[in-house]
Amino acid sequence: MNDTPLNDDLRDLYQDLILDHGKHPRNFRVLDGANREALGHNPLCGDRLVLSLKVDADNVVRDAAFQGSGCAISTASASMMTEMLKGRSVAEVEKLFDYFHALCTGATPSAEGVAADDVERLNALAGVRHYPVRVKCATLAWHTLRNALVPSDEKKASTE
Amino acid sequence: MAAMNSVAERRADFPVLTQTVHGKPLVYLDTGASAQKPRAVLEAMQSFYEREYANIHRGVHELSARATERYETVRGDVRRFLNAAHADEIVFTHGATEAINLVAQGWGRTFLKAGDEVLVTQLEHHANIVPWQLLQQQTGITLRVVPITPDGDVLIADVAAALSPRTKLVAVAHVSNALGTVLPVAAIAEMAHEAGALILIDGCQAASHMSVDVQALGADFYVFAGHKLYGPTGIGVLYGRRDILNAMPPYQGGGDMIESVRFSGTTFREPPYRFEAGTPPIVEVIGLGAALAYVNAIGLDNIARHEDLLLRYATEKLSAIEGLRIIGTAPRKAGIVSFVMANIHPHDIGTILDRHGIAIRAGHHCAQPVMEALGLPATARASFGLYNTTADIDALAAAVIRARELFA
Repeated sequence: MNDTPLNDDLRDLYQDLILDHGKHPRNFRVLDGANREALGHNPLCGDRLVLSLKVDADNVVRDAAFQGSGCAISTASASMMTEMLKGRSVAEVEKLFDYFHALCTGATPSAEGVAADDVERLNALAGVRHYPVRVKCATLAWHTLRNALVPSDEKKASTE
Repeated sequence: MAAMNSVAERRADFPVLTQTVHGKPLVYLDTGASAQKPRAVLEAMQSFYEREYANIHRGVHELSARATERYETVRGDVRRFLNAAHADEIVFTHGATEAINLVAQGWGRTFLKAGDEVLVTQLEHHANIVPWQLLQQQTGITLRVVPITPDGDVLIADVAAALSPRTKLVAVAHVSNALGTVLPVAAIAEMAHEAGALILIDGCQAASHMSVDVQALGADFYVFAGHKLYGPTGIGVLYGRRDILNAMPPYQGGGDMIESVRFSGTTFREPPYRFEAGTPPIVEVIGLGAALAYVNAIGLDNIARHEDLLLRYATEKLSAIEGLRIIGTAPRKAGIVSFVMANIHPHDIGTILDRHGIAIRAGHHCAQPVMEALGLPATARASFGLYNTTADIDALAAAVIRARELFA
């Protein structure tokens, strides 16, 4: 049986950390007193999440939470993202977004301005770059985040 | 033709099936989305391009005459395939979706008005919902929906309860693409007719799995797609009863559908040509003809029996897997098994199966109202064709177990 290479291959995507966040998402709740929010929707697979943020007057994210339904990848990505956001300025969030987006889409990501442990955490999802149809699952929460932070009437992120 | 009834022989007719995917032999269980093509279809199209291709109904030259004859011969083949009374009841479209839109716009927009009702079921594919919603916006008709049971079945009693003197059309699937439920369309047709309504049957998931007799079913309209019937993409069929088609105005305007064009007024040809504006998918029609010949040579009853065995085998095999739940357990089903697993999203199942070389569909199957009715975001769906084997299902079951282990 050549079971091992197959499992290794899938393990590249479904790492323990991802499976854990997929099964037990953190910050999966209604956020009382939220002042920013956006709906993320992947019409192709039906993944849907509502992201809620508390952003203070200095443009720093004070709290983040989400709700919705999706696959292990999109749930884990959203869960890990909300853990990273607290205490980050909007400018720092933009850097994280750029790094993560480049990481998932196969470009060479620039880690400039991104803390080493953030890089490490985001890299847990890097396996998705070998699964082109699943990249949208990993980036849905981050696109939704961007929409929540950009002051506009358009509060709906779509990966399509 | 005995050899053609061996599955191994049939598999050899499909070049695509011999490949490996991610280092594993391809197990194709997504025929419900689109069927693979036998060599006979590919060769018929290639050969037609090389020897007979020209535009139809236009030239006085030899090639055009030959192409026209081949094109019209397939119309006759489709008539026989559906047991329609007349070849002029067969309209070629670019797909089943276009066929339904043709009825909605050509018939619905002409004959329906505000207050009239179109009845669909909650099982329908989006292609049998959205054209009626567009018609609703245009004319003010009411779109009514027959609910489904938790098994994913449509009950005659629920159809009867939804019918009224205002019902003008019942538009239903013959077989549900999401769950595989076979609907009692003959009974529904009878009830529709008693209520003074017509019936349109969406046969996309049925025509390749069972023999269809539009007269026995009492269909006023019947649609199917070539690509789900082992034929090419870009070709669909609308069957419409002769008297109904005769009363319908054109759906699109263009060449080949006219008698004479003057700026003082244009007159249109008789059906089916009235509905085939512009250069049609000629080569795709030839491919469809080859697909019908291929399927007929095996025999739809043989295909139905084969797929029924696969369905029973898969149902038994998958039901035995802990944490797996089959979605759609109606008493009459065809060639489709939808399922969900505890703690694993269908998309993750799809990715894991793909790495085992197994192609299934994961998602809402263009039938979001079905998912809503059953309270699910999505399902994983295995669908069978004439080339599938019990070994394919064994591979599916083994990979599903591996997925469960990975997520344990």
